[in-house]
Amino acid sequence: MQKTEMVNKTGSRPKRTPAGMPGKWELFVRDMKRDKHLYVLLSPYMLLFLLFTVFPVIISIFFSFTNFNMLEFPQWVGWENYSKLLWNDDVFLIGLKNTIIFSVVTGPISYIACFVFAWLINELNPKVRAFMTLIFFAPSISGNVFFIWQIIFSGDSYGIMNGFLMKTGILYEPILWLQDPKYMLAIIMLVQLWLSLGTSFLAFIAGLQTVDRTLYEAGAIDGVQNRWQELWYITLPSMRPQLMFGAVIQITASLAVAEVATALAGFPSVQYGAHTIVTHLMDYGTIRFEMGYASAIATVLFGLMLGSNLLVQKLLKRVGE
Amino acid sequence: MKIALRMKRKINRSWQVDILLFLLLGGFGAFMAVPLIYVINNAFKPLDELFIFPPTLFVRNPTFENFSDLFQVMKNSWVPFSRYIFNTVFITAAGTFGHIILASAAAYPLAKHKFRGHKVLFTVIVLSLMFSPHVTAIPNYMIMSTLGWLDSYQAIIIPAFAYPLGLYLMKQFMEQIPDALLEAAKMDGASEYRIFIQVVMPLVKPAWLTLLILMMQMLWGTDGGSFIYSEQLKTMHYAMGQIVQGGIARAGVGAAVAVIMMTVPIVTFVLSQSNVIQTMASSGMKD
Repeated sequence: MQKTEMVNKTGSRPKRTPAGMPGKWELFVRDMKRDKHLYVLLSPYMLLFLLFTVFPVIISIFFSFTNFNMLEFPQWVGWENYSKLLWNDDVFLIGLKNTIIFSVVTGPISYIACFVFAWLINELNPKVRAFMTLIFFAPSISGNVFFIWQIIFSGDSYGIMNGFLMKTGILYEPILWLQDPKYMLAIIMLVQLWLSLGTSFLAFIAGLQTVDRTLYEAGAIDGVQNRWQELWYITLPSMRPQLMFGAVIQITASLAVAEVATALAGFPSVQYGAHTIVTHLMDYGTIRFEMGYASAIATVLFGLMLGSNLLVQKLLKRVGE
Repeated sequence: MKIALRMKRKINRSWQVDILLFLLLGGFGAFMAVPLIYVINNAFKPLDELFIFPPTLFVRNPTFENFSDLFQVMKNSWVPFSRYIFNTVFITAAGTFGHIILASAAAYPLAKHKFRGHKVLFTVIVLSLMFSPHVTAIPNYMIMSTLGWLDSYQAIIIPAFAYPLGLYLMKQFMEQIPDALLEAAKMDGASEYRIFIQVVMPLVKPAWLTLLILMMQMLWGTDGGSFIYSEQLKTMHYAMGQIVQGGIARAGVGAAVAVIMMTVPIVTFVLSQSNVIQTMASSGMKD
């Protein structure tokens, strides 16, 4: 192996430029040849990744400036889709408003919940810890069992919530929880929170176990007096990498709310009370086939997700500095 | 006993706050568990118990009626329920297998080698964690339609191979493999492919299990979305949606499907938990 590499290197030695150094292109070719095995290993994944993730983002941005229905050739319309979205589409603005309310509430709460529960669980002995981890993680992995909330908040008196409230005398007649825009968003938030202790929760549990124990002893000697100071001065700064990873997962998930909303409140929901950017996108993309307009919605969503993630990453880099 | 407990007491912990915090943990633990307990109990409730007012949480006279009903009802429908189970199992198994192989192959060079483009590629992967697949749903529909993959298993399976989170976690985990080990294999004349298959892959077993859990989270609950419209290719999640749409009359059968659906991922997680946590320890983002 070593030998063949040597031969390769000398055999294909690039022509020297006048200064006696190999040119940029020759260096490039030499590196590519040296690393060709690595590129072979990378290529199956990367080709699919380019085809199904990178390329779609690019064509989505391109189509957002066109009028396209999948049948006729796309027509360039400039910023028209975007101006229509912002000035003439009230339903989009409702969806945007709901998405922002939603992510501002569930994003931070779910993130903090992931951390707080991981932190509490970490104090338990290993067997109890494993059990509690399962309890908290189970909803997010149970594959769409969240429909159970539909039965809990069912509008008739068979719904658990109505039954309970009527039995205790708080209510006299059932409430249509999932049809009333007053309650809809709050219930979806609750269910989304129930589902949100997922990947980042596990990352935090793992992160807490890797914090160097001796730091706590050293901290105690240096005057750390209680668990809160310990948390702020030792635990959080040592976990910064996991905290940044968890933030990405939670922010992306909180802005992508759609499945729970459509499963519980229906699609379209009453008075668009549970309408979000993603449901608006699905409406235009998979029902009306206005691909240009749907692409503009997707591009707005892309900007919103990427923008808020990069912003939060910047802020989190300062934790403990 | 008391002394032993006190000896074990960690530094900087007061028992008052301990109790308060564990009450908090217990309360929220119940919030997480009750819906699942309720659905499991519902699956075993006979018809008359499902309609009691006020509704009860626990079953009194457990029965397997709902499960036999499920197969009975669905046998007479156009597509038998076993077909939906097969579709979900097949999509999950194929998607997970391909993803683990492809993501590991791509993670190895990114974790252990510096080559032209390694930084750019990894940055793009991290950026792609920052938006959800919804962003690319519309163009992906067009791509699937161009490839002629609409209404087929591969429309769900193949894109799952290139899911970015799996590659990210695998790469972070592989970085812990000591370089000396790879150097030694190289000295012995192993090619990069052999190093990958014989040295790296056996060392990252915990990460395989993590990717399995992640893919299960994504694929086990898939309803086929807008990519699959033939009834015989639809998944268990879709069938469950149809049954639940049947309303209160099908509540027991719906719960039975839910129990079947949640058992597999939960058991998988129970069996792989320590490995998953081990992998997640290296999940952090280093700038």
